[in-house]
Amino acid sequence: MKTPGQPFSNYGQPSPQQRGVVRWISANRAVPGNGVSWTPLHDLEGTITPAGLHFERHHNGVPQIPIDRHRLLIHGQVQRALTFSMSDLVRYPLRSQILFIECGGNSNAGWHRLPQQTRAGFMHGLASCSEWAGVPLSLLLDEAGADASAAWLIAEGADAAAIQVSLPLAKAREDCFVALYQNGERIRPENGYPLRLIVPGWEGVLNIKWLRRLEVAREPVMARNETARYTELQPSGKARMFTFVMDAKSLITSPSAGQKLDGKGVYEIRGLAWTGRGRIRSVDVSTDGGAHWAQAQLQEPVLPMAFTRFRIGWDWSGAPAVLKSRATDETGYVQPERSVLIAQRGRHGYFHYNAIVCWQVDEDGEISHVYS
Amino acid sequence: MAKYRTCIRELAFALLTALPGGPGAWAGEPVPAPHLGQPASAELVARWSLSVYPDGRGLPPGRATAAQGRPIYLERCAKCHGADGEGGSGGTLVGRGSLTDSDPDQTVGNYWPYATTLFDFIRRAMPMDAPATLSDDEIYAVSAYVLYMNRIVGIDDPLDADSLPRIRMPNRDGFIGVDAAVPAPPPVPGHP
Repeated sequence: MKTPGQPFSNYGQPSPQQRGVVRWISANRAVPGNGVSWTPLHDLEGTITPAGLHFERHHNGVPQIPIDRHRLLIHGQVQRALTFSMSDLVRYPLRSQILFIECGGNSNAGWHRLPQQTRAGFMHGLASCSEWAGVPLSLLLDEAGADASAAWLIAEGADAAAIQVSLPLAKAREDCFVALYQNGERIRPENGYPLRLIVPGWEGVLNIKWLRRLEVAREPVMARNETARYTELQPSGKARMFTFVMDAKSLITSPSAGQKLDGKGVYEIRGLAWTGRGRIRSVDVSTDGGAHWAQAQLQEPVLPMAFTRFRIGWDWSGAPAVLKSRATDETGYVQPERSVLIAQRGRHGYFHYNAIVCWQVDEDGEISHVYS
Repeated sequence: MAKYRTCIRELAFALLTALPGGPGAWAGEPVPAPHLGQPASAELVARWSLSVYPDGRGLPPGRATAAQGRPIYLERCAKCHGADGEGGSGGTLVGRGSLTDSDPDQTVGNYWPYATTLFDFIRRAMPMDAPATLSDDEIYAVSAYVLYMNRIVGIDDPLDADSLPRIRMPNRDGFIGVDAAVPAPPPVPGHP
């Protein structure tokens, strides 16, 4: 460099050359604020998702909320109903934790009869991982004097959908918190500014953004988003309800669909694994469609309910290959093959698709999505 | 080694907390909550309470029929949900087909377990282009019309805080709790 560089900036931005690394938006044409945007997992490394690339699921847009007017109300089966301002909350003892959040509808194209041809993140990227910091919910529930007889907590957002869910109170007391910060800074508007409920390891929809109200209750409210949606119709005609925990999943992010291997030779196969039941214990990788498996290296630290990065070296001969990864979590749960998942659940559940993902490498190094 | 470090930390903590004369004292571990919550008035709680429970708790006064709901539905709802509730950019509302069909629609008529959820959801979120703009009577009316299109209520059956929770939806018992039990349906008021 023989000339001076650019001056300082108040808030840094990615290189203009990285302009293609963006969320992919899929929204309702009639209601532009209803839909999702997907994290480009295939373009990212490590385990932390940049806040600006964290996936979004909005039911009716991103509200712009003045932080000094926003309040959290806790009421219902409590000794005293209380409101908290955001400046009150920031004075409480905080905790921070690196956690994935995954939408219950992530990877739902896996239920389709034909494998969707898209980039890995644009099928599986309704999952992201951040460091969240906020106030343990147990402190606020104790201050309000939540009834011992209450078993549920109803949480509601301040968006135009006033989205509402029911959550077992025991989970709320165990490890949930109301977050003010994401990756060190105040939560971005699209991720719930100024306050988001964090429910470690459980379905994304429970992590209510723009949190304004918590009602301690004896029973669940049976909201639209825990009855008509976020339930899974089974072949029997009955539907699974309150499927809160996100089961173990893994995904090879590189190489993955839409990428191309540049001739035979050594590659590092890289991917992500996560589970709502604690830590990932191991990830196995196959390059021959599952006939042989090898254990991948897990990048330390392996944290509970967080993305875990795995890697394994591969010397590609140039012959066609099918790449798969298979996660096992600390409870012994093993990520299922697609055929097994569909035999158990049918194809109309929509939510909680966590089957093994297969990438086919052809002789030219082109990579596509296949089912086995 | 770790034990040794813990001992030193505890000793340092004991010394520091024992020091007199500082501008305060160490608050201890875990750090206690400062208790800054402000009492919420009954009026504020009532104004913010939007939830409607299966037993009808949370339903406001008001009353309307499907006949009254039809023009409101056609004006405010049909452009997304279809004139007959067949769906469009919004969900399919009407259908009583079997949930074991090869490609089943999941509608209010064949899937939703509680009619109270209709009132709750319409009041908080619908219509999406102008949420929370229908009056309570209009919400009862539109709820009644959606139930009528699903052949669950009659065109002139009045829907209100008393009758709505009494409606038994066809798929009320169609759910299996996975990580929490599905609670038993509440007793219907006035019925043995």
